[in-house]
Amino acid sequence: MTTAPVPVRPAPTPVGVAVRRHGRRVLMKGNEAIAEAAIQAGCDAYFGYPITPQAELLEWMARRMPEEGRAFVQAESELGAINMALGAAAAGARVLVSSSSPGISLMAEAMSYMAGSEVPVVLVNVMRGGPGLGSIGPSQSDYFQATKGHGHGDYRVPVLAPASIAEAMELTADAFEIAERYRTPVMILADGILGQAMEPVELAFRAPPRLDPDWVLGGAAGRPPRVVRSLHLLPEDLERHNVHLQAKFATITDREVRSAGEHLEDADLAVVAYGTAARVARTAVARARAEGIRAGLLRPITLWPFPSAAIAEVATRVRGALVVELSAGQMVEDVRLAVEGRVPVAFTGRTGGIVPSPAEVVAALRRLDAATGPRTREASR
Amino acid sequence: MERSIVFAGFGGQGILFAGKVLARAAMAEDREVFWIPSYGPEMRGGTASCTVIVGDEPIGSPIVDEPDAAVVLNPPSYAKFAAHVAPGGLLVVNETLVGEAAERGDVHELRIPCTRLAKDAGDDSLVSVVALGALVGYLGLVRPASIRAAIREVVGARRPDVLAADLAAFDAGHRVGARRRPHEDRVTVPA
Repeated sequence: MTTAPVPVRPAPTPVGVAVRRHGRRVLMKGNEAIAEAAIQAGCDAYFGYPITPQAELLEWMARRMPEEGRAFVQAESELGAINMALGAAAAGARVLVSSSSPGISLMAEAMSYMAGSEVPVVLVNVMRGGPGLGSIGPSQSDYFQATKGHGHGDYRVPVLAPASIAEAMELTADAFEIAERYRTPVMILADGILGQAMEPVELAFRAPPRLDPDWVLGGAAGRPPRVVRSLHLLPEDLERHNVHLQAKFATITDREVRSAGEHLEDADLAVVAYGTAARVARTAVARARAEGIRAGLLRPITLWPFPSAAIAEVATRVRGALVVELSAGQMVEDVRLAVEGRVPVAFTGRTGGIVPSPAEVVAALRRLDAATGPRTREASR
Repeated sequence: MERSIVFAGFGGQGILFAGKVLARAAMAEDREVFWIPSYGPEMRGGTASCTVIVGDEPIGSPIVDEPDAAVVLNPPSYAKFAAHVAPGGLLVVNETLVGEAAERGDVHELRIPCTRLAKDAGDDSLVSVVALGALVGYLGLVRPASIRAAIREVVGARRPDVLAADLAAFDAGHRVGARRRPHEDRVTVPA
């Protein structure tokens, strides 16, 4: 099969944005920083529908994408947006879609179709409180949805979880690269705090190189037609396809898992948290250390693939683990699977758009310290 | 050292603006800074607030248990935030609107006629800029020149017609704050 060259847009001019005039470091809102990072990463098309707390992402794209001569569509609904994205990505475009929790639920069907037909789309979820319409407050209660599958079928989607606005910008570029390298949708899982807050960021962007895919529907002139689909009616065909997908997921699990650790070298207790919860945990770890509790932080950056090996390794060295989430307890299940009962795994979290305070996390660390302290451990021997 | 400041008042009092100016000034001094608005479902005319955290290390928790300072420009904000300020912290109060509030004994309370000072500066809507001046004058969080530069950047581009009033409002607040700034031997507040 011959491969038609994929139309490649010239590399975008690095940074022509208005914020540049303030110098190398600028204050940016998380939603806007992700949007600009996507533009600088070479995003050809954006599709979305407004919803708090990600609205500024769409607004930034509404202004900037036409400036760059690229496609911006505010669709009639989330269903429209995600299916436009499916079509544009099948035609070879680098595509971004963003929404917040209830909107992501509406997009679930197409996520399954994109995973099945192996179409690379980057989807941003700026999580808010649920279930249902919930609230517009920050939340991490879509962990199950993001990591265990949004729609039906045996599939996985890489999920990247930034803990700062600068990291959100880096991960946006990485998300496009992972999506295209593995022909898969990729989700960036942020929350209302990261979306709404401003932090200084360096205007340093990365545009992943364009691959030359042999599957893109870019016009069949001079070559046999191609098909992008998720429908495989013959059981043998569908099983073969699933075997292929599972092999791909295994490769992603081997190669793309990421986490970061702080103060784990001498830690007695490990806090496991991602995103905004990890920042609260970082402050709590510092305070706990100041009062003599040797805590450390393990921060998953990819939620799928999950850093199970890193957590299992830490579990061999600590007395206990504490999982902190802006949820009723979701990631804690994966931490317990990774820890395999080696040490107690405690949980603390808040729901409804409330962020746990450092004081609450320190209190949980004190309880875990007392429950697993040397005296307790000696007694149990 | 990390310092956290809450700005709170009526929507329209320039709460988010004052926080952004402080954040921008801190950034210009190569500090770490985090700005987060309350974006909850507030009524029109209800209370708006934002939190600014300034530090020398990367900012950890975006949620502050006890802010080191609060700028409260209306009675509902006083009711909501005055009790949360860390003991030994600072309350900047808009005396014009927050009349007979009971003073806490364990925090510094700067009561400032923000509306009058803003009016004298040329625009009585600049209450938050006066309060920001008082905050910076008292705490010395950032250099006043950094704030003036930030105001020029933000206001100069969009509303050059009010730039002079903004700068005058900041200076008026700053004079009051700096005058009330405690000497070393007066820093301790009786509990």
